Amino acid sequence: MALTKEQIAQRIAKELKDGYYVNLGIGIPTLVANYIPEGVEVILQSENGMLGIGPFPLQGEADPDLINAGKQTVTVLPGGSFFDSSASFGMIRGGHVDLTVLGAFEVTDKGDIASWKIPGKMVKGMGGAMDLVASAKNIVVAMQHTSKDGQSKLLKECTLPLTGVACVKKIVSDLAVIDVTDEGFKLLERAPGVTVDDIRKATEGKLIVEGEIPEMQF
Amino acid sequence: MNKVVKDAQEAIAGIKDGMTLMVGGFGLSGIPENCITALVESGIKDLTCISNNAGVDDFGLGLLLQKRQVKKMISSYVGENAEFERQLLAGELEVDLIPQGTLAERCRAGGAGIPAFYVPAGYGTEVADNKEVRVFNGKPHLLEYGMVADFAIVKAWKGDTHGNLIYRNTANNFNQPMATAGKITIAEVEELVPAGTLDPNMIHTPGIYVQRIFQGKNYEKRIERKTER
Repeated sequence: MALTKEQIAQRIAKELKDGYYVNLGIGIPTLVANYIPEGVEVILQSENGMLGIGPFPLQGEADPDLINAGKQTVTVLPGGSFFDSSASFGMIRGGHVDLTVLGAFEVTDKGDIASWKIPGKMVKGMGGAMDLVASAKNIVVAMQHTSKDGQSKLLKECTLPLTGVACVKKIVSDLAVIDVTDEGFKLLERAPGVTVDDIRKATEGKLIVEGEIPEMQF
Repeated sequence: MNKVVKDAQEAIAGIKDGMTLMVGGFGLSGIPENCITALVESGIKDLTCISNNAGVDDFGLGLLLQKRQVKKMISSYVGENAEFERQLLAGELEVDLIPQGTLAERCRAGGAGIPAFYVPAGYGTEVADNKEVRVFNGKPHLLEYGMVADFAIVKAWKGDTHGNLIYRNTANNFNQPMATAGKITIAEVEELVPAGTLDPNMIHTPGIYVQRIFQGKNYEKRIERKTER
């Protein structure tokens, strides 16, 4: 069975280590905050100028001056801080953020990513995605392995405009966990009930399969 | 020294057709509501607006777009505004989309007298078209330029009569870097106090950057995506 969005987030949360400063993108990546493992303390960075993102506010306590990068109202945890946008991207560009999780339309076996524009259809802008992928030490992409009509999104070359080149380190899709290596996509784990063959068929880019591939554990 | 003006109408005096404005805020958070309303009422047109976002259809910079007062937007993300997307796809509006960190740094650099700098964001993408590439520490970077504006318009939580500003929570965002990069910087604040009232240790924007300040009124502070537990 392919993973749900929540399960993709849950699997990505296992990549979090105690003490990490983490930037979570909009969509599935935001859900990762719901699955931070017990005993692991991470501090979430919001590109609009905040460290220490807390849960959504209680009913009636939403503050228009306290939002995340997706413009949702949030809270700040004890020990949090606020700063301006140039300082925020200074910490991103300076490599101070340990892990960045973001969504993608397409990723290549060289780590290129397309995530911001569908020509003629969607021109919303790149926001902070290009800054994040160009500077993050460690980038995990949360995505669907194929499009609704079954076309692979793990490709040799992106068909959509790029967000960044040779930057993605790991992919957690609804079918698999994959490391992006110098040689190509290296299959690490399968979604429960999904076979290596299923993943091979759904992957257009170069897929490396070595030995037995375990099922993901939740 | 007298930086205090009566209201938004007085604050925007001198803004003319065709000028370049920086407008602070992220989404609808920390936007200079009073000045935007005054600009809409003024009918000033052919503006180039440097702002991270373009508001929503009926609030923020969306109001200026609706009345076709904007010739060009320089932004990083404009996805919340259907009218914007319509004008863009119809070729009625010029748009320069810039990675968010580069946009913030271009404002900061402009205000700090740094004409140009290198960043890795956008390398290998269409953002890199016609830009100088230089490799530092084995990594390719793009040459980007500092920006200044005829007027920077920012919104702060508290300000004093010397123009010192304090922002609140994530409503700081682009206001702080943009405040440094206006040939004339206008600050509208929720609370204007006499100089000497604010703790000098807590000032985000020192008054040297601010030429005009006023206490705004009737803040709506609209929430774009209200999410609660």
